Amino acid sequence: MFELIGVPPQALFGQLLLGLINGAFYALLSLGLAVIFGLMNVINFTHGAQYMMGAFCAWMLLTFAGIPYWGALILVPIIIGASGILIERLFISRLYHLDHLYGLLLTFGLALIFEGLFRRQFGSSGLPYTNPIPGGTNLGFMFLPWYRAWVVAFSLTVCLATWFMVEKTQLGSYLRAATERPDLVQAFGINVPRMVTLTYGFGVGLAALAGVLAAPIYSVNPVMGSNLIVVVFAVVVIGGMGSILGSILTGFGLGVVEGLTKVFYPEASNTVIFIIMAIVLMLRPQGLFGTPK
Amino acid sequence: MPTAKALIIFTALAFTPLAAHAQYSDGVIKIGVMNDQSGTYADLSGQGSVWAARKAVEDFCKASTCHDKIEVIFADHQNKPDVGSNIVRQWYDVDKVDVVVDVPTSSVALAVNNIAKEKNKVFLVSGAAASDLTGKACTPNTIHWTYDTWALANGTGQAIVRTGGDSWFFLTADYAFGHALERDTEAVVVKNGGKVLGKVRHPFPAQDFSSFLLQAQASKAKIIGLANAGADTTNAIKQAAEFGIVQGGQNLAGLLVFITDVHALGLKTAQGLIFTEAWYWDANENNRAFAKEFGAANKGNMPTMVQAGVYSAVMHYLKAVHELKSDADGAAVVKKMKSMPTDDKLFGKGSIREDGRKIHDMYLFEVKKPEESKGAWDYYKIRATIPAAEAFRPIDQGECPLVKK
Repeated sequence: MFELIGVPPQALFGQLLLGLINGAFYALLSLGLAVIFGLMNVINFTHGAQYMMGAFCAWMLLTFAGIPYWGALILVPIIIGASGILIERLFISRLYHLDHLYGLLLTFGLALIFEGLFRRQFGSSGLPYTNPIPGGTNLGFMFLPWYRAWVVAFSLTVCLATWFMVEKTQLGSYLRAATERPDLVQAFGINVPRMVTLTYGFGVGLAALAGVLAAPIYSVNPVMGSNLIVVVFAVVVIGGMGSILGSILTGFGLGVVEGLTKVFYPEASNTVIFIIMAIVLMLRPQGLFGTPK
Repeated sequence: MPTAKALIIFTALAFTPLAAHAQYSDGVIKIGVMNDQSGTYADLSGQGSVWAARKAVEDFCKASTCHDKIEVIFADHQNKPDVGSNIVRQWYDVDKVDVVVDVPTSSVALAVNNIAKEKNKVFLVSGAAASDLTGKACTPNTIHWTYDTWALANGTGQAIVRTGGDSWFFLTADYAFGHALERDTEAVVVKNGGKVLGKVRHPFPAQDFSSFLLQAQASKAKIIGLANAGADTTNAIKQAAEFGIVQGGQNLAGLLVFITDVHALGLKTAQGLIFTEAWYWDANENNRAFAKEFGAANKGNMPTMVQAGVYSAVMHYLKAVHELKSDADGAAVVKKMKSMPTDDKLFGKGSIREDGRKIHDMYLFEVKKPEESKGAWDYYKIRATIPAAEAFRPIDQGECPLVKK
């Protein structure tokens, strides 16, 4: 059997596929961030906490209300998205006239508070959540769990649907127009503040959805988001702040790069994304898919 | 100037020994519990350890006359050696802390180990695992109380190799603790006739183990040894179930598993896991009584061996300090602690070796099946008791400089 850079091709295919699966999480999370930043100019640092709250919400629905995974997949984004709307109305909307930095500090503070509250209530070691689709299939080069296949297919669908909605529909054109000239759009009779609020709720809902997808395979604990959010921010920066297609493609792409690093030099697997970020920032500060401002 | 300097030195020399032998430094016995209060190890140590230290003080003062000022304070080292070192320096230098207790995360514990020696204070390790603390890095100021990587490797590794698990692949957390656990387990595996087919070091903390599990699967090793802890272990076990590792004929060996991890996994996922621990809440009447009080104060959680170890260590420390009637000279206190047999309600009778290793029985546990469990936290059955004499690394093999050959 031939080998590729010291690794059998079968192992390589397996790792590529796994990278794609992990990339699905990055894509879904960075998509939410990109939507919020692109349309509201808010750097939402609460995103990781909202992802965590999504996972906890799924657990609570199962434990206290007996609502299984599939119900949670629909209910959780609505519940956490609604909480996001509340946060936007109560706090974030007061900062629009200030620099981005204030929004960043506010959302970062909120994230710490949410994590602290969940840790106080549920402890740090995590909660069990049963896999709704156990089992899998042997692809020859690797064992593919059904659940992971579902995650890739589902998040890809959600990503593309979001992209389509923002870039190709009338609603999307209103949104994009409101980003450029809110005053003008308002003059056409469109309620811009309400649209902005709903956009934030939608972005938060995406984070919560990623949380539900994560619950069966990752430990559901209060810090699960803070471990991930830094990476996801790097993904957004590499893809280009606010670029929706950029965040989707970069999310999947970096998942693959990280997966390969885990084979060739596992110790560096949590730094490789930041190395790429540094290089991209030096050579193309607006990001791979961003447009210079 | 020289005369003034000489005078100061003379005064210091003249009064220090007197102070050391006649009283408690600053009139207070100050116990500092430092551990993870907010991260992945917060449930297995955290506030539970603080509670255990306070409980030990309370029980000690109930049973015998104690010094009227004993304080317990705590801090969060966030699993970072630099943060932990800063806190401990501040504690020893400014806050007059006499003894630092617990300190999970071996990289932090190894840093504190040096500071305690430098300042001649006392360091009682319950949470950290690296057996280096009583090996090459041993000091006259440190006692390693509850467990260590050698004991875990010896208990779990031996049991598994002897029942046919003779080829291993390691998933190792990439820091001092993971390396020590991997090293000690590998030694046991090889000694018992097994072999190690491969290993992979993952970043700490990690979330996704699928890539590493795939490598482990490809190695065809019979046993996948998890040389990690906390959420890393639970994530790895959860994902191993997902990837059909066990159905594929490979087995997992959790080399360090706490009861809080089993609770986080749920019995359905955790059943059948075999691992070594020093203490279990449901093992006897004393433990159950302690656990009941602990649960009432800690949201119904049961204590881990780390938290029980904090209780036991603080109890013995208080006994030694009260016998000496002084807490000023750390090395002298530790020497006293080593000379006295240990005895408390949670760990029973035991002793402390010259290298700082506390000796007691260890247990090989197996996680119950869901149908075997009678209620909340009823998780373990005892597979074997490893007698104290065999549970820990023989004193002459640790290369501790304190041990005379």
